Amino acid sequence: MEKFTTHTGIGVPLRRSNVDTDQIIPAVYLKRVTRTGFEDALFAAWRGDENFILNQPAYKAGSVLVAGPDFGTGSSREHAVWALKDYGFKVVIASRFADIFRGNSGKQGLLAAIVEQSDIELLWKALEAEPGKELTVSLEDRTVSCGDITVQFEIDDYVRWRLMEGLDDIGLSLQHEEDITAFEKTRAAWRPKTLPEKTEPKQEIVAARPVK
Amino acid sequence: MGTTLAEKLWESHLVRKGTDGAPDLIYIDLHMCHEVTSAQAFEGLRIAGRTVRRPDLTIATEDHNTPTLDIDQPIADETSRIQIQTLRDNAKEFGVRIHSLGDADQGVVHVVGPQLGLTMPGMTVVCGDSHTSTHGAFGALAFGIGTSEVEHVLATQTLPLAPFKTMAINVDGDLPEGTTAKDIILAVITKIGTGGGQGYVLEYRGAAIRALSQEARMTVCNMSIEAGARAGLIAPDETTFEYVKGRPHAPEGADWDAAVADWKQLVTDEDATFDAEVNLNAADLEPFITWGTNPGQGAPLSASVPDPEDFADADQREAAANALKYMGLTPGTPFREVAIDTVFLGSCTNGRIEDLRAAADIIAGREKAPNTRFLVVPGSARVRLQAEAEGLDKVFLDFGAEWRNAGCSMCLGMNPDQLAPQERSASTSNRNFEGRQGKGGRTHLVSPLVAAATAVRGTLSSPADLEPAAALA
Repeated sequence: MEKFTTHTGIGVPLRRSNVDTDQIIPAVYLKRVTRTGFEDALFAAWRGDENFILNQPAYKAGSVLVAGPDFGTGSSREHAVWALKDYGFKVVIASRFADIFRGNSGKQGLLAAIVEQSDIELLWKALEAEPGKELTVSLEDRTVSCGDITVQFEIDDYVRWRLMEGLDDIGLSLQHEEDITAFEKTRAAWRPKTLPEKTEPKQEIVAARPVK
Repeated sequence: MGTTLAEKLWESHLVRKGTDGAPDLIYIDLHMCHEVTSAQAFEGLRIAGRTVRRPDLTIATEDHNTPTLDIDQPIADETSRIQIQTLRDNAKEFGVRIHSLGDADQGVVHVVGPQLGLTMPGMTVVCGDSHTSTHGAFGALAFGIGTSEVEHVLATQTLPLAPFKTMAINVDGDLPEGTTAKDIILAVITKIGTGGGQGYVLEYRGAAIRALSQEARMTVCNMSIEAGARAGLIAPDETTFEYVKGRPHAPEGADWDAAVADWKQLVTDEDATFDAEVNLNAADLEPFITWGTNPGQGAPLSASVPDPEDFADADQREAAANALKYMGLTPGTPFREVAIDTVFLGSCTNGRIEDLRAAADIIAGREKAPNTRFLVVPGSARVRLQAEAEGLDKVFLDFGAEWRNAGCSMCLGMNPDQLAPQERSASTSNRNFEGRQGKGGRTHLVSPLVAAATAVRGTLSSPADLEPAAALA
């Protein structure tokens, strides 16, 4: 993962609350088996509308999304984060994020910055007054600056440290493999195992047919 | 001071306490995989040269985009076919148990785990699917994870996690006739909002919860995520133990006794405190539906389409106006007059055998509304077999419903089971987001009872709106 310290890029004011994961990336795009190439899927339904903000030339190259509260609600699909990243977003700013989305962002190096809604309103006004205006997000100082406005954001200390160091979670956990092995020895024998496989007797499943 | 059930589950799975702001490392007892959120995780393992640490605690099934018709034929949609084939290849390469389309144990992952007896009290259960909260109904800490976390669990059988806050949802009183677990959870979500549970594990408590069957409890926990919570759980009791007993992976003999002794400890201590509490009286509930495009936009079926102007909060007002525009609804219209094109009975929320029985009971001997399509999709192949053994398939077919093979189906429309633009559904599933069931599709979330009654009348209805069964010829 790349180290994240500061980022400067075009701010995109998305005046919507409850931007759910089906809006960020509709389910039809989830069938791919790769980790990249989801840029066309981002906000796919809304991008059909020529007035949608990312269809406006000034915002097209945006990399800092400033959204309404409860961003990323809904499913656990990490594709939502991949789609934002593939499009070019480095930072999403909102006053509240869905837990899973925020967790997924941290793991993929997308900064989910929590900013007070009153400050979001200030950023929206500034960005709308001057479409294409750049924001600077400093992870070190936990600030978002836009012209003469500077606001603070919240982020979990540990996620911040990992983002700044660009560290991979699995490698960090595997440093504690001895602890994992020790824990496994304490597990009760009756705890279920998927293998060897046990099932009710196998039966034939009749295929349903279309109704004429 | 005592501890809550959620805290006990956390403590009993603590591999390592985090220091200096690092999260705790939590052991995972069961990891379920499906085709949509696992491919990139297995790819990550392969790239890093890692293996699956505990294939014996891992299971895969195909559900999200499997077809529900012609399942003995090659899958027509190429991307679906590739995704499912990728899961099969990964399962083979990494030694993971898989139940594929056509297998008697294939089905929606959250139906399959409990029916195999792999979901038990006191466990930690994860899956790359937000509705993993379903398994919390057994007194397990169960939550959805993203693909990076899927990879993490595959590689380490653990997850680094920051502790959750705890919220008690107290539901006392008796559920009135015609109301169900679905109405409880829809009312909870409307009450606390789609963000109300953020950061919390919800524990459902109270007489109305204790009175629910194990499958009904799964319906409640299933939609914890729609209230923004990461997980929902219910302390296990005799109802739970009875449900687990005798299932393929349930402990036997002395192991069973040891397990039950352990499970009986899984309660919130009387002197424990929750970070937040919400109270609801089940006796006040009535059949509930959603009218908007997020699951918090719900109301009793007896009400009318709300007027956005009546919302005091500006944000809610705008959200309601947007929702009504998308849903094609006019303020003031009684919900009972809203015509429904398609009724969908199924999903991890309401696709279990009790749901099918409840719906079949309502429609038996009645006729389907002529312009309403009724899609019945069992949650798993076993549920379908069980329903057929009970003759429920005949009831549905005689009524004019379509009796399909198992899968997630129209809950999220990743397979061909989708709504057309502007098509309106009454759906027993869990999300009413814009385009969720098909681009431009309009979803009303309902209980299986409301779904069945709606299929009879063709407009949103509850069983109480039907002529009494005794009057049927």
